[in-house]
Amino acid sequence: MNTTEDTTRRPSQLFRNLNAKVASIPMIMTALLVFLGGTVWTIVYSFTNSKLLPRLKFVGLDQYERLWSASRWWTSIENLLVYGVLSLIFSLVIGFLLAALLDQKIRFEGLFRTIFLYPFALSFVVTGLTWQWILNPDFGVQHIVRSLGWESFVFNPLYDQRIVIYGILIAGLWQGTGLVMCLMLAGLRGIDEDIWKAARVDGIPTWKTYLFIVIPMMRPVFITTLVIIASGIVRLYDLVVAQTSGGPGGASEVPAKYVYDYMFLAQNLGQGFAASTMMLLSVAIIVVPWAYLEFGGKKRG
Amino acid sequence: MGNDGVSVSIRNLSLNFGAVSVLKSLDLDIQDGEFLVLLGPSGCGKSTLLNCIAGLMDVTDGQIHIKGRNVTWEEPKDRGIGMVFQSYALYPQMSVRGNLSFGLKTAGMAKDEIAKRVARTADVLQIEPLLDRKPSQLSGGQRQRVAIGRALVRDVDVFLFDEPLSNLDAKLRSELRVEIKRLHQKLANTMIYVTHDQIEAMTLADRIAVMRSGQIQQLDAPQTIYSRPVNRYVADFIGSPGMNFIEGEVVLSDGAPRFRFDGLDIPLANYQFDKAGAQAGQATFGIRPEHVAVNSGDDWPFSASVPVEIVEPMGSDTLVWSRLGKQALTIRVSSERAPRVGENVTIGFDPMNASLFDAASGDRL
Amino acid sequence: MADVQTLNTVAAGMDPAADQLSGPRGARPRRVLSRRNIFLYGTLILVAIYYLIPLYVMIVTSLKGMPEIRLGNIFSPPVEITFEPWVKAWATACTGLNCDGLSRGFWNSVQITVPSVIFSIAVASVNGYALANWRFKGADTFFTILIVGAFIPYQVMIYPIVILLREMGLYGSLWGLVIVHSIFGMPILTLLFRNYFSSVPEELFKAARVDGAGFWRIYFLIMLPMALPIFVVAIIIQITGIWNDFLFGVIYTKPDTYPMTVQLNNIVNSVQGVKEYNVNMAATILTGLVPLIVYFVSGKLFVRGIAAGAVKG
Repeated sequence: MNTTEDTTRRPSQLFRNLNAKVASIPMIMTALLVFLGGTVWTIVYSFTNSKLLPRLKFVGLDQYERLWSASRWWTSIENLLVYGVLSLIFSLVIGFLLAALLDQKIRFEGLFRTIFLYPFALSFVVTGLTWQWILNPDFGVQHIVRSLGWESFVFNPLYDQRIVIYGILIAGLWQGTGLVMCLMLAGLRGIDEDIWKAARVDGIPTWKTYLFIVIPMMRPVFITTLVIIASGIVRLYDLVVAQTSGGPGGASEVPAKYVYDYMFLAQNLGQGFAASTMMLLSVAIIVVPWAYLEFGGKKRG
Repeated sequence: MGNDGVSVSIRNLSLNFGAVSVLKSLDLDIQDGEFLVLLGPSGCGKSTLLNCIAGLMDVTDGQIHIKGRNVTWEEPKDRGIGMVFQSYALYPQMSVRGNLSFGLKTAGMAKDEIAKRVARTADVLQIEPLLDRKPSQLSGGQRQRVAIGRALVRDVDVFLFDEPLSNLDAKLRSELRVEIKRLHQKLANTMIYVTHDQIEAMTLADRIAVMRSGQIQQLDAPQTIYSRPVNRYVADFIGSPGMNFIEGEVVLSDGAPRFRFDGLDIPLANYQFDKAGAQAGQATFGIRPEHVAVNSGDDWPFSASVPVEIVEPMGSDTLVWSRLGKQALTIRVSSERAPRVGENVTIGFDPMNASLFDAASGDRL
Repeated sequence: MADVQTLNTVAAGMDPAADQLSGPRGARPRRVLSRRNIFLYGTLILVAIYYLIPLYVMIVTSLKGMPEIRLGNIFSPPVEITFEPWVKAWATACTGLNCDGLSRGFWNSVQITVPSVIFSIAVASVNGYALANWRFKGADTFFTILIVGAFIPYQVMIYPIVILLREMGLYGSLWGLVIVHSIFGMPILTLLFRNYFSSVPEELFKAARVDGAGFWRIYFLIMLPMALPIFVVAIIIQITGIWNDFLFGVIYTKPDTYPMTVQLNNIVNSVQGVKEYNVNMAATILTGLVPLIVYFVSGKLFVRGIAAGAVKG
């Protein structure tokens, strides 16, 4: 059957679909050169003693030993952990509760949603500066409570080393909970209306329906939200810079700031590379299991 | 028109997606002006085959010839085909006129020639009043008419239809079906039509190719496919309600073949065996519901008394669910003669109308 | 969501016929001030007030004179409204040696944002279209790297990019920052466009190919006009994201070309001079104004943009 009367020549594989390949050049460059190449580069140079300029003089794990013996790094990690865990818990809980409240077929839903979400449109710098002002002990919340007669009232998180990270947390939650609410609301709306009807016919109380039926059904939404919040938390930088500049006395330092300061201010690149590699590692610990669960078993149809 | 009136010729065509083979060395010749229907359940490869003919999918092996020209590696636009899709696939932001002329403009055709062609097509399909509307302002039937127009306006030799009526409701579907048939009679182009709807296949086709997992099971005129299916799969797929299948065995008593099951016995003297002739062995006996007569009083080669279990009136006909021996039997009777549930009726049929399949291979005996 | 309703059963009459007529009939009565509603709206209003307070405080502070700020509390409305702080924040506030206010940062941000938005969306939309409709071998691999890369902390890639930009002679320039924004916007935008174009019925694409249209013709004449809403979503994501950026601005530009956020931070957190809280708040509002306007104007599309960031590929 195979007659070899080829009237047309098979076009070369390389030039087939050429336009699509040309259009993908920026993506290919970004993926290979910046994301992959840049990451490998930084990891490699984190084993060098680069100072002002990157130099390929390997010093083994020296930078990491120095990193983990620096009290500033420990403070940064501690702060990030406290901020991270609390902001995860609070933004998920508050975000879900707000979404559930908004899902009660209430009037002015659009207005409430607009109000809860507008801080998310603001930058961390704006957020940080605003809350710096509200938490200012001489004019803000503390001053007002005192002027109401409670003279001994103390609430100045931004000037107290022990609780400064909570001051930042307040601002972070104000800025970010709207996003969680939005994602949760989308998740709630995605739940089949018939589930609610069935629960109502069965006489299951609303809170029980949420707890035992709806929330388990929203597992993917929760996981996605979790990943989004978590990858944002690791990047926490602008908010701290704007609100406290890392102070008082370095009590609100975070890893991202540590990296920036060592790379661009302290002219100790190797230290910055080591710290950023540690950040990458911590993200990998969160993202890899998620990506595996989410995409691992799935295949394209 | 080289190649002895063959319009589309498919030779040894294979398509694999990774390890999955979707089309398995398929051969098919479609005559000039023929209306060929590719029929099969979803996933049988019929749409894939059509996409290969259109050039929208790359084949793994084999060749496709259209009008005697090897087009296996050619772009869809160079193949001399027009295609109509299930979802209409009209360009939403263009008017009907824009939809019809897009391909011609792309080919760089002169403006007045485009206008002439669009006008002619609109006339054929009677869509002139719709020309300046957007697809969103059209009904489903109108949209599909425009989609047909888009294929028509290209003035090509071969039309490809990919389940064009599946998105329409039953009434519109039968209307457009007639219209497509009329169009074919008028234009006499080659048409290849993919569907999973056996009514469409039976009514439209010159020939039907029944497909299953990437292979053509039977390629024949609709009536042949209906009355002489080559295997149990085809017999089962065609006909609604489906053919009755009775499991049993063929025995040769005194040289005369008989079909024996559940203590009953059907004489096969009238049955046309294929070349191999009658042979004893396990087999399936198939008889269509309308070939079973109820209380007819005539003298049938086989008759029996059976109980009526369920009666389904369907308007002109009534379906009677019964049992022959231990096996289910559906009978189609005219509604005036419908029996009542609980009765026993006498049925009879002629094995001449039946089909016998080998129990193991499913092939027709 | 079953409401706690009071079933309005009027006292039954004597004879059964009357009973049938006087039983529950028509719409169920609903009380506007049910306990549930009070709880529901009460909570929502309280939370809404909490969310609005910072905005309110910013605005009132920016409208007060410094003497009034020193005396009063931050929540009280201004006794004497003054726009002086706004003028100063815009035109004369000092960052280091420059005393031309935030206006410089504003125009820098405009110069950064406009080309970044256009460039990043142009690249990502064509790329997403190629990925959705013109798959080629290896495309999925690169795309996967891109999406995984979106989770890599920026800090890991900052310095290699410094080197790349320096090699290209773009380090410290606005165009360098445009490239950086296009790079880091690429994962989410490409995902957004790829998902959108994948949701367009494949048959439409096939029909266009049968009609003889190629890569660019299908993109510009078929896909682009259909995808306008998704372009708006992308524009919203990019304007707010790029305008609000601080980290890249601080790293890849020089003081002369600092975007507004960086300049704002320098004005407010400068250690020199007396703190002028009213000017600071005016400057803060000015910086937040562009994304706020985008947010309030775009409404539902902004939410859609957020959801787009959350959908998986």
